[in-house]
Amino acid sequence: MMHTLDNFLFTYQSLIYALGVNSLLALSMYVVLAVGQLSLGQAAFMGVGAYSSALLTLKFGVPFPVALVVAAAAPSLLAFVIGAPTLRLSGVYLAIATIGLGEVLRIFFLNWDYAGGALGLNGIPELAGFIWIFGALTIALAGFVAICRSRVGRAMEAIRADEAAAGVMGVNLPAYKLGALVVSAAIAGVAGAFNAHVSSFIGPNEYGFDAAVTILSFALLGGIGSPFGPVIGALVLTALPEALRPLHDYRLVINGLIIVCVVIYLPGGLLPWRISRIGARK
Amino acid sequence: MLVQQLLNGLLSGAVYALFALGFTLMFGVLGVINLTYGFYFSTGAFVALYATQYLHMPIFVALPFAAVITGIVAVIIDDLLLGPLRRAKAPELSSLMVTLGATLLLYSLMTACFTTDIRRFPPAVFNGGAFEIEGLRITLSQILIVVTVAIIVGGLAYLLQRTKLGLAIRAIAENGDAAQLMGVNAGGIVRIVSFISGALGGAAGVLIGLNYNAIQPYMGEMMMLKGFAVIILGGLGDIRGAVLAGFLLGILETLTAGYVASSIKDAVGFLLLVLTLWFRPVGLFGRVVAKRA
Amino acid sequence: MSDALLEVAELTVRFGGLIALSGVTFSVTKGSVHGLIGPNGAGKTTAFNLISGMTAPSSGTVRLGGATLDGLPTYARTARGLARTFQNIRMFREMSALENVMAGAHLGTAESLGAILCRLPAFRAQEKQAIKWAREILSLVGLADQAERPGGDLAYGDQRRLEIARALASDPKLLMLDEPAAGMNPSEKLGLIDLIKKLRARGLTLLLVEHDMHFVMKLCDRITVLNFGAKIAEGAPLDVRTTPTVIEAYLGTKVARGLEVKA
Ligand SMILES: Nc1ncnc2c1ncn2[C@@H]1O[C@H](COP(=O)(O)OP(=O)(O)OP(=O)(O)O)[C@@H](O)[C@H]1O
Ligand SMILES: [Mg+2]
Repeated sequence: MMHTLDNFLFTYQSLIYALGVNSLLALSMYVVLAVGQLSLGQAAFMGVGAYSSALLTLKFGVPFPVALVVAAAAPSLLAFVIGAPTLRLSGVYLAIATIGLGEVLRIFFLNWDYAGGALGLNGIPELAGFIWIFGALTIALAGFVAICRSRVGRAMEAIRADEAAAGVMGVNLPAYKLGALVVSAAIAGVAGAFNAHVSSFIGPNEYGFDAAVTILSFALLGGIGSPFGPVIGALVLTALPEALRPLHDYRLVINGLIIVCVVIYLPGGLLPWRISRIGARK
Repeated sequence: MLVQQLLNGLLSGAVYALFALGFTLMFGVLGVINLTYGFYFSTGAFVALYATQYLHMPIFVALPFAAVITGIVAVIIDDLLLGPLRRAKAPELSSLMVTLGATLLLYSLMTACFTTDIRRFPPAVFNGGAFEIEGLRITLSQILIVVTVAIIVGGLAYLLQRTKLGLAIRAIAENGDAAQLMGVNAGGIVRIVSFISGALGGAAGVLIGLNYNAIQPYMGEMMMLKGFAVIILGGLGDIRGAVLAGFLLGILETLTAGYVASSIKDAVGFLLLVLTLWFRPVGLFGRVVAKRA
Repeated sequence: MSDALLEVAELTVRFGGLIALSGVTFSVTKGSVHGLIGPNGAGKTTAFNLISGMTAPSSGTVRLGGATLDGLPTYARTARGLARTFQNIRMFREMSALENVMAGAHLGTAESLGAILCRLPAFRAQEKQAIKWAREILSLVGLADQAERPGGDLAYGDQRRLEIARALASDPKLLMLDEPAAGMNPSEKLGLIDLIKKLRARGLTLLLVEHDMHFVMKLCDRITVLNFGAKIAEGAPLDVRTTPTVIEAYLGTKVARGLEVKA
């Protein structure tokens, strides 16, 4: 019994890791969507987390937990620089600025010889694993559920439903939106660090526009009525291509199609259930 | 040296301006950032390529031909994707997301059809003719670019300022609901504007394809980034601003490539974008679309 | 007028070429119900938007309790005691009525992020407190039995009352109502009049925009009349109703007939 489980884990190890990492990424997207904003910088934030942590462990031998902290902090800082000016404006500005960020970072990593340039970084120690990834996922999920069911969750949903009205209710709009973006960047950064430390290789082209849109498709497919929706979306979209290997070449086509169809025909996503926003017995 | 660089900068700036013009017009009138716009850029280039290669059109026929075809494609895409959302009065970000998904879909389909190989115009079209005036090297395709951009920008300015259609377009850009109340046929205008901006994007694609003589599906993606920088710097929806900002970016890029490092040339646009957002989010001419928090 | 709660001075705003409000000055006495009336497009909602901070004025000042609100964003004005409803209802449609009201009580609920994440007893107590407060307000406006229904599913008149409840939840000093009776049937209107009287009796100050003249005349202590963005009259209901400029402004409208009958 134990033996078959071991076998299973070994065969599907990379898939299982991908499920966890992608779920974290979906959650990072969720926080931003939950305040009615659209960020296309999730892949870039992930890339910054991956590169910073990988450089630290690979070149400086820094302990993994410390590298993880940096992997969360570095993209958060970036999110602040991008978010502070744009979140005061209408939503399209953040979307545009984050698309730009993704491309510029790609160019940057491509030309940064110290980080391997176009070849990327190889031989990253395999320091993350099942416990790290799914531990973080559980904590993030539990944290979001707790936040949903509180004053903060109510304010977030109010912003998403009607930003101006939420402001009139006294919700500090810039603080909430910027807070959401910074937290989202931190989670994406951690997910990137995990990814780097289970796959041993990272390259500059893994964090581009395609990746950003794929992460968005996780959250949209699952639905953002609760934090569980995006995770379900990520699980489905990660496992499905494995099951449908022949369609692998059309993965991006399918992701694009999913976004288009879900936004137009299924705005609630696969899991339209809406989590209660009250944190005590009524 | 400096003069030559300024000249080159002006030329790429002219194309940026052309590209951004359609982009910003679309936002100004239709109120959406249509991310499929970069795809129109690639479409224009491919249509012109095939028109010259297989239909043996001379380039000055192929260029308007490609622009018209791209314009039609733009109308169809807009009808299919944004039509339903417009009718449902969906939030701004929904349309952004739909065009985002569509972008991924369209690029991947295009890559599946054409691969990412770089294609070139047949030599007959692209004769690398060039001449020198007092040490300045000017190619024929560069002349074509300048002439085309001048004609299009002039034509667009005339259309918007001097014609009834232009008045209706500006009315919708100012206030869609009010214009509709006053009897402006909004649905028709939406199609016309989609067509015009698609055609502008397509024409820009042809010109860039000619200038570098390199055509591939993802050429529109890099252009989108510059387009973003240009329309934000110019002020979202501001047509004058887009033209000026296009030239500005073109010149800054060539100067950066010449005097700093050519590898960071493509990052100039983003830097400009972030600086604009921090210090002057309303753009060069201060057209206020920025919402108060 | 030292007991003025809200003072609006020389308020002006332009939208492109249109001057939607030009040099409007008035003040609202503490504890009173103040009416803001005028024909369609007179600039009443625009005045609400300027006072609540949703639109920036071209010039002019707004003061609440003597302190200026100029330049403050909406949420900071709410923190200083302003609350409002919207003419075109802006419910958080998917949230339940109870959640809507609790969202309105955002500033009064002091839960820290740490307490929320760790589910500390303090958090639970605060959350219980917030529920109790929200339920009180819901029963005050007569929606106690609708607490669990999504705000967007309520009947039209109920949505209007829910908006009032949501605004009340922030425990404001000044409550601004933009056409609260619009779309209500006569018995609902009577209920609303009772509610507003009850609120005034509790010491709340109200600024009221309403087209129903019976409603306005019955409730208001003082009325300011706008037309084409400018103030054309101000005074007690009886005086305003007989002012020639006001009758002229309303001439030919349905409201005018109401004015004449009463005058
Ligand atoms: N954001 C805006 N941009 C342009 N014009 C506006 C804007 N807001 C209001 N207006 C114009 O300002 C004028 C005053 O409008 P407002 O909504 O304040 O009138 P109102 O007195 O509330 O009318 P009603 O009784 O119909 O609600 C109108 O002509 C309106 O079209
Ligand atoms: Mg009004």
